[in-house]
Amino acid sequence: MELSSELKKEMYWMMLLSRRLDERAWVLHRQGKIAFHISGIGHEAAQVGAAFALKRGHDWVTPYYRDLALMVSLGLTPEEFMLSLMGKAGEPSSGSRQMPSHFGLRRVNAVSHSAPVATQAVHAAGIGLAIKIKKEKKVVLTTIGEGSTSQGEWYEAVNWAAVHQLPVIFLVQNNQYAISVPPEMQMAVKSAADKACGLGLPGQMIDGTDVFAVYKIIAELADAARNGKGPALVEAKMYRITPHSSDDDDRTYRSREEVEENKKFDPLLLTQKRLMDEGIYTEKDLEGLDKKAKQMVTDAVKLAEDAPYPTAQEAAYPVYAEEVPNV
Amino acid sequence: MSEKSMVEAIRDAMDEELARDENVFIVGEDVGQRGGVFRATVGLFEKFGADRVIDSPLAELSIVGVGIGAALYGMKPICEIQFADFIFPAFNQIISEAAKMTYRSNATWTVPMVIRAPYGGGIGGGLYHSQSVEAFFAHVPGLKVVIPSSPYDAKGLLKSAVRDPNPVIFLEPKKGYRLIKGEVPDEEYVVPIGPARVSRFGEDLTIFAYGMMHYYALQAAEQLEQEGYSAEVIDLRTLYPVDRNTILESVKKTGKALIVHEDNLTGGYGGEISAIIAEHGFNDLDAPIRRLAGPDVPAVPFSHPMQEWFMVNPEKIFKSALELARY
Repeated sequence: MELSSELKKEMYWMMLLSRRLDERAWVLHRQGKIAFHISGIGHEAAQVGAAFALKRGHDWVTPYYRDLALMVSLGLTPEEFMLSLMGKAGEPSSGSRQMPSHFGLRRVNAVSHSAPVATQAVHAAGIGLAIKIKKEKKVVLTTIGEGSTSQGEWYEAVNWAAVHQLPVIFLVQNNQYAISVPPEMQMAVKSAADKACGLGLPGQMIDGTDVFAVYKIIAELADAARNGKGPALVEAKMYRITPHSSDDDDRTYRSREEVEENKKFDPLLLTQKRLMDEGIYTEKDLEGLDKKAKQMVTDAVKLAEDAPYPTAQEAAYPVYAEEVPNV
Repeated sequence: MSEKSMVEAIRDAMDEELARDENVFIVGEDVGQRGGVFRATVGLFEKFGADRVIDSPLAELSIVGVGIGAALYGMKPICEIQFADFIFPAFNQIISEAAKMTYRSNATWTVPMVIRAPYGGGIGGGLYHSQSVEAFFAHVPGLKVVIPSSPYDAKGLLKSAVRDPNPVIFLEPKKGYRLIKGEVPDEEYVVPIGPARVSRFGEDLTIFAYGMMHYYALQAAEQLEQEGYSAEVIDLRTLYPVDRNTILESVKKTGKALIVHEDNLTGGYGGEISAIIAEHGFNDLDAPIRRLAGPDVPAVPFSHPMQEWFMVNPEKIFKSALELARY
């Protein structure tokens, strides 16, 4: 499968825009303008590659909190992300009831998720079951960090999908840290993909910094799943360049040297180099795109800053799908 | 009209709802060919097929979690937890996910599902086949908690639960599955979730109960009649959201309240009814509110004498009600 230059440009743009959004969130936090940010810097290649492999609005996604680039690729706008950071009205995932980066976007079949990890994997199995019962040609992508594959919920979800041959792709983003804890304290296998052999589905480990490779692999698996070939488990490896969240201090558990060394494998830089090597973009083109992305982020910040907060009374609703009278 | 047992009425409700709506399906342990360990789904696998009556892996959290995923997709799962005692692995999915989905997504996602679970003791089931779990769930906004005490209500309420757009915890008094029989209309009907039912009119005191304890409360009321006291009996039916008006109106009339449940006393559901009466009906009271409940030991013991020591029964209700009537 040869990727067109246009497709590569689109994927790069989503990586770039997500990165600039993420970086701005850190700045806003340091400025005291937002209370919290959870970062996906370093994850962009895996997330954008996976998102582009889906038929957006047709296939389904149960994401997790590090999936900014995935969500932006699916259609979350910069303004919507900024609304969530600031807890403003009109935020689409929760009406700003949830903390930022607790994603969910109905219009692209991206399901709301919570903070207890791995709960979303089980929902993906259920969505896959519904797709199978209805005999539809769709796939569910569910994402998760490597640490959360320690949860029983995750094993039960993968087991269900394997037993019932459900159209689910389990994408594990192994960024080497679950807050502070490294993978060797989470699992005795070398890769979460190795867990597949105990559960009866194909598993593979891929380079999570190569956006085009991720796209190709997930696209193939998605196509197979849509056509009744069952689930797959993929571990994409990358490095979490930032601390876990704005409340974390990663100096307490990893050296600056280690972080600097890993910045060489920053997927955004690798993709930029690739596009220049392939003659798709010049340095000047990239500078222009960067300027455009930063301007979009600035505009989004402005819109969000000017947006109103929800009224306090909105906190009372909606508890139920319909009004429940206190009879 | 036909005479049916509780479990037959429950099966009939599922049979009718499976036939009415192709999105309805059943998932649980042994619900397929076996027809459920209590025979609540007997014949449904043969009638509706393996896509509609699904034997799950032996893992409760994913029975619920997969149900949630399917509900998000637009299905109407009826999840069977084999014994209420085994619902705790699914607690996270029920509390963190099902109950909060509507609120946390600003109603962009909802979870229309039913979780059925046989509960309660007095059947030689020991610690882990006897527990009452209603208090854990009747504390949680976003859930509805329903407990029927007659075949008529069991069928009508279960049909309402299946059609409800929210997650409904449907607890079935297992001791009454075959013991409690009653007339059930042959034609279509539903019983709304919400309203309590005055099952016996009286003047001297009110006994509040649900499930098996309601069945016993009616027997105790008969005995009280012979002592010259007229007891009103209220079957709460829906524990959450609770029918405050019916509770308060009855207390206004009788001035005395006895609340009965077989769950442990401390932190039990009776505390909530007691608080509603104390806060809103204090001036109507002619005697202190009474609670008759299971003792504060971890669960129901197996050996018969110890089990009977634990269990609330008609005689214990009669004695407590008599003391209250004479107050």
